[in-house]
Amino acid sequence: MTSAPLDHVHAAVPPWRDIRVLRIAVQVVVVALVLAIGFVLWSNLTASMGRSRLTFGLGFLDTTAGFEIAESPIQFSATDTYGRAFAVGLINTLIISVAGIVLATILGVIVGVGRLSGNWLVNHLAAGFVEVMRNTPLLVQLVLLYAVLLQLPSVANAVALPGSIYLSQRGLSFPRPVVGPTFGAWLALLGIGIAVALATRWFAARREASGHPSSGLRRVGILAMVTIPVVGWVALGAPISLDVPILQRFNFVGGIVLSPEFSALLFGLVIYTSAFIGEVVRGGIQSVRRGQLEAAYAVGLTPRQTLRLVVFPQALRVIVPPLTSQYLNLAKNSSLAIVIGFPDLFSVSRTMSNQTGQPVSVIMLVMATYLAISLATSLAMNLYNRRVQVLEG
Amino acid sequence: MTTPDSSMPPPAPAIGPVGWLRQNLFSTWYNALLTIVLVTLLVPLVALILRWILAEARWGVVTANLRLFLIGQYPFEEAWRIWLSLAVLSVLTGISAGIYGGATVRTLATWLAAGQVMLGALAAVSGLGSATTVALVANAAIVWAAFLAVRWRPRAMPRRLVGLGWLASIPISVILLQGIRGLPLPIVTSNLWGGLLLTFLLAIVGILLSFPFGVLLALGRRSGLPAVRVLSTAYIELIRGVPLVTILFMAAVMLPLFLPSNVRIDQVLRAMVGITLFSAAYVAENVRGGLQAIPPGQVEAAHAIGLNTLQTNRFIVLPQALRAVIPANVGLFISLLKDTTLVTIVGLLELLGIGRAVLAQPQWFGAQLEVYVFIAAVFFILCYTMSQASYRLETALGVGTR
Amino acid sequence: MRRPVRTHHGFVVLLLFALFAVACEPGPTPSPVSTAESSPGPSAEATPSPAETASPAATSERLADVQSRGQLICGVNGGLPGFSFLEEGTGEWSGFDTDFCRAIAAAVLGDPEAVEFRPLSADERSTALQTGEIDVLVRNTTWTVSRDTAWGLFAPTTFYDGQGMMVTSATGATTLQDLEGATICVQSGTTTELNLTDQMRALGVDFSPQVFGDIDATYDAYTQGRCDAVTSDRSQLVARRTQFTNPDDHIILDVVMSKEPLGPVAPLGDDQWFNVVKWVVFATFEAEEQGIDAGNVEQMRDSSENPVIRRLLGVQPDAGELAAGLGLEDDWVVNVIGAVGNYGEIYNRNLGPDTPFNLDRGPNRQWTDGGLLYAAPYR
Repeated sequence: MTSAPLDHVHAAVPPWRDIRVLRIAVQVVVVALVLAIGFVLWSNLTASMGRSRLTFGLGFLDTTAGFEIAESPIQFSATDTYGRAFAVGLINTLIISVAGIVLATILGVIVGVGRLSGNWLVNHLAAGFVEVMRNTPLLVQLVLLYAVLLQLPSVANAVALPGSIYLSQRGLSFPRPVVGPTFGAWLALLGIGIAVALATRWFAARREASGHPSSGLRRVGILAMVTIPVVGWVALGAPISLDVPILQRFNFVGGIVLSPEFSALLFGLVIYTSAFIGEVVRGGIQSVRRGQLEAAYAVGLTPRQTLRLVVFPQALRVIVPPLTSQYLNLAKNSSLAIVIGFPDLFSVSRTMSNQTGQPVSVIMLVMATYLAISLATSLAMNLYNRRVQVLEG
Repeated sequence: MTTPDSSMPPPAPAIGPVGWLRQNLFSTWYNALLTIVLVTLLVPLVALILRWILAEARWGVVTANLRLFLIGQYPFEEAWRIWLSLAVLSVLTGISAGIYGGATVRTLATWLAAGQVMLGALAAVSGLGSATTVALVANAAIVWAAFLAVRWRPRAMPRRLVGLGWLASIPISVILLQGIRGLPLPIVTSNLWGGLLLTFLLAIVGILLSFPFGVLLALGRRSGLPAVRVLSTAYIELIRGVPLVTILFMAAVMLPLFLPSNVRIDQVLRAMVGITLFSAAYVAENVRGGLQAIPPGQVEAAHAIGLNTLQTNRFIVLPQALRAVIPANVGLFISLLKDTTLVTIVGLLELLGIGRAVLAQPQWFGAQLEVYVFIAAVFFILCYTMSQASYRLETALGVGTR
Repeated sequence: MRRPVRTHHGFVVLLLFALFAVACEPGPTPSPVSTAESSPGPSAEATPSPAETASPAATSERLADVQSRGQLICGVNGGLPGFSFLEEGTGEWSGFDTDFCRAIAAAVLGDPEAVEFRPLSADERSTALQTGEIDVLVRNTTWTVSRDTAWGLFAPTTFYDGQGMMVTSATGATTLQDLEGATICVQSGTTTELNLTDQMRALGVDFSPQVFGDIDATYDAYTQGRCDAVTSDRSQLVARRTQFTNPDDHIILDVVMSKEPLGPVAPLGDDQWFNVVKWVVFATFEAEEQGIDAGNVEQMRDSSENPVIRRLLGVQPDAGELAAGLGLEDDWVVNVIGAVGNYGEIYNRNLGPDTPFNLDRGPNRQWTDGGLLYAAPYR
């Protein structure tokens, strides 16, 4: 043979079969397609918006809102701006999300542990709870809970609980702590007490490390942490007073009111999400191999210590990623508040988009805000996840 | 060596009902305490609930408005078209169950048949006319008959024909439901479709349309081409970070703005678009999990025998990945079914929306609990049976044990 | 692989395409392919009158749209008995506003039943109008300057109303000041929401608002006791009260908190369409003023000697170009009055003494009777 044996390999590959060219060509085509579609949509959008006198731009955030918001943790009235209304909605959503996450986690752990209980009744109760909650839509649960809460007695016949707490169909009213002028001074005393306690703890640890038992020192620290604030309280004359709800002609005035809208939303979300978190927790605990438990008992750990030192850390590794998605779901599901009349971010933005006549800008703003909340939550949870995962050798 | 005595029975408190109680309810002191507390709380509660369900609740609100709950404001004289499209669905499901014989399809078929029987029974109780009951029960029988027919003559029905049948059933159902000029099918505009009909329509169309889109996104996210990967990831993360209601709201309000001015797109279609866009991202994440579970050796072997990327995906990667994520996708379908209730917020009257509209009638004022409990029960039955089927499917497929 | 992969793919792609083509058909009415310059006037009946004067040919895109579609899309309330209400059992729409929708359909399409009623909440109505989804909004909408500039063009007021407050008789309130500290239900996206704040602040009365997006949810919360009072247009309060289980337990306070002129709204940007809507309303006013009703309109057209009536009903020779300027047939008024009657008939049929509402006409009378209804001359 006169030609080299591998000639055909070095022959030029035609471009339509050359993988390098194809890779770039496909990307170019895809990007061009996306851009083309985007351009068509954009031009249609601007044309329609021009026709309907809709505009882009967030200038409306500085104009007067002109509507009231039923519940607002910060002061808001109809003469404030749309920007402030948006902030009120955002704060409401954040309150619901944070409180919901905390409560749902607690309830979810209870449910998850209950599912693993040896007690037949507890086990099946938890299982039934999980199945019912997971298989009915959240919206139906919310409206059902709201309808139930509205069946509570009217304000005039409110159920009075000890401690000036009143339960009626207009909500749960309870006393609100009001800070007096001497509160700052009392806080300082509290700080001093805590500092003393921490310092004694540190000293005691050092002494114990060199072999001198120092339980006495620790006790002194705890005593200081308790007595200094208490003495300060009495000396300063009770810097916190209670604003007690009093029934006037139509409503309870004073104190804090948890409206039925807020309660229905919070408890509905908590109960629904806790069923999912319960399953996640159960899966996590069950993922720890039985051999670990047996080894821990063999080494002499008590069941409590085993749980704290062996099961829990390993279970957490399996639990945290799905737990993150449940937290995100809770935050996103809080947008259902519009159906029961709680002014969360989405509900306020709906009103805004209709009043300002600029639905496009408002929708974009709301979606961006939810995206930010989701990203922040998953970022925080991913950091925690990394801490939990890295313990492997 | 002494022979052992005839074996003695175990100590009495360890067997029988007493033994069971001791083991399961009263094993330790705090278990015993829990049991006592729970029983004292539960018994009156359950009694209260039972009494409410059986004696005090006004279930007339359900029976009097059953037509609204099932098909919304769809004119009742034209309801035969809905039963007819259900019949088409029943035939296809029965045939598919016979041919494919897998657990998923058989469960779907059983579910379809049982569901229609239950609906027929409910219709009979509510005085919707015997024609409705007969039609629904007949459909259930058709499922079974088709299944048996295929089992009897397996070769009479080629698989290709069944696939085409499924594809053709979509336009057929659309034409039946909506009506078309020229045929004796008067137009029923989609704003009249409501109730359970709309719920199923949204859920089924949502999952069907979002599935291919989601698979493409998952492949794109794992693609080696950076542009495609960035676009897919951006889309998935964006959609997963916002609530469904915002996407529905965006679809309902902004979709007409994105289209040229002379194209009108009706409300139901907008909701379908929103649901599809949303669920495609979640399908993508599920499928991505499945794709990640495939050993890289499979792809290398495929390349070694000369398959290009497209062929590798089509013949090696996707079949394995999709089979692995069927349980997860059933879970997604369950979520989608529950999420259809959110279209109430954009003004469509599916089951929950119709329920609230029924409650606005003055004679049913105060019947909220009955209506919502009924709706919750319907969803529970649907979703629970599907999730049970999915559990059994997982064990049958041996997912995670291979 | 026995078959080449490509044909298999191609077949599936073609099938999917066909599916999407069918599935994406936007509803039974074909998506109209209206061009920028629409053909003037309605299709079959009238021919465009010879242009002896400078009467403009019809150039309304929306008018052509409606005519080619064969149906008018009317945004209505859907939950307000007496104004626009859907009977669940029969599927019939009835009400004052729905009758005006039918009047417009009769004028434009010749068929009062060629209407698709689109129920809209107070929140949704503005975007529906702005995005052009509905042809006209007849949904007890108050005319304000901000709405005139942002939402659409307001046709003449069909119902002069005012804002009122309804309380349960158990509260014993008779004036707004008696509602100090009360919870008041109101719908979001309405002028009543804004007026409530203004009025109560002006009086120095403290209250807590409870805002709902849905009309049913608002009144539900009120009747269940969530709120002490509910505020809206007085006509709406009267109408909804008839649906309560105990209407006599609820009192509408004798206060008028604001002016609420309610009327149809046409989308911005289409002058001729706005004129059509405006003159349909005026036609009903004028017919009542001239004594034309559904019973005698045909006879009046055939035998009346009054030139005003003859022009209105399209018999006078110069009536042709008036109608052509609107893009309608010559005898469009006959269609309108024949279909729904004059204003008085519409009012009495829906809100009059024989209905549960029995609303006094008040300012909703002809100017000749001392009211505010004043039609511009049809010439």
